[in-house]
Amino acid sequence: MSGHSGEHADPAVAFESAKLGVWTFLATEVLLFGALFTAYTVFRMKYPELFRAEHAKLDRVLGAVNTVVLITSSLMVVFGVDAIKRGKARLFEACFGATILLAAVFLCIKYLEYTAKFHHGIYPRTNLFFSIYFMLTGLHGIHVLLGMGLLSYVIILSRRGRFSASYYTPAEMSGLYWHFVDLVWIYLFPLLYLIG
Amino acid sequence: MAHGTGNSRRTGIAVFVALLLLTAVTVLVSYVDLGLWNAVVALLIASVKASLVALFFMHLKGESRLVWGFALVPVLFLALILLGTLSDTLLR
Repeated sequence: MSGHSGEHADPAVAFESAKLGVWTFLATEVLLFGALFTAYTVFRMKYPELFRAEHAKLDRVLGAVNTVVLITSSLMVVFGVDAIKRGKARLFEACFGATILLAAVFLCIKYLEYTAKFHHGIYPRTNLFFSIYFMLTGLHGIHVLLGMGLLSYVIILSRRGRFSASYYTPAEMSGLYWHFVDLVWIYLFPLLYLIG
Repeated sequence: MAHGTGNSRRTGIAVFVALLLLTAVTVLVSYVDLGLWNAVVALLIASVKASLVALFFMHLKGESRLVWGFALVPVLFLALILLGTLSDTLLR
């Protein structure tokens, strides 16, 4: 991903292989989150009353707001990649900057939710539901944080004039990762906040 | 490397609006007690949303069979893991 198109004999081949690399990484990510989703499914079937009672303690309005925040951040990535494909580097940087800002809003809301839970004496060790809740949202939060770093790095590359309408591979690839982070939350939100 | 067009921005906005509407629907449905169906509806809506993100935001729609394979094989493995684990824990 860090290679410049000039290092490759055929930029199109380089682009395709970078893309396959990202999808391979995302495959491992599906299985990483998948293990926790499996734990969720097993325990939800074993203790339906516990999950029903405990999930009601989550704030589904804040969860819904965070869903909208992440969906909007994904749209900003779409606009950003579209901009750099047209060679508009400044617009690209503004769009990815907006994505990072929305990611920060997401984490701030998550922070408020966590501290509210701690305030009510709810911790990861409280019960099985909250163990899984903190594990899943914590792992997802780490991905949001890593995504912010990755998108910042790509913006720095753009500031250094590395991208053009004919070369923007790191921008597209980091966007692919960000959409995946959004996709994971699309499942986390209903599973944890809505149906427990 | 396809070049950006106004079309890709329009598609993006259309998918964005669809995702917002589906989020509203899934939240509203969660306030109605449908018993087991609450989980079914929530998962169904989440899967439609995830498909929209994968197909349009992640460009899976225009990808080669190779990329489709890379995208679908892990989902298949996840289904196998779930099925295998549940057949053990439920039938024990």
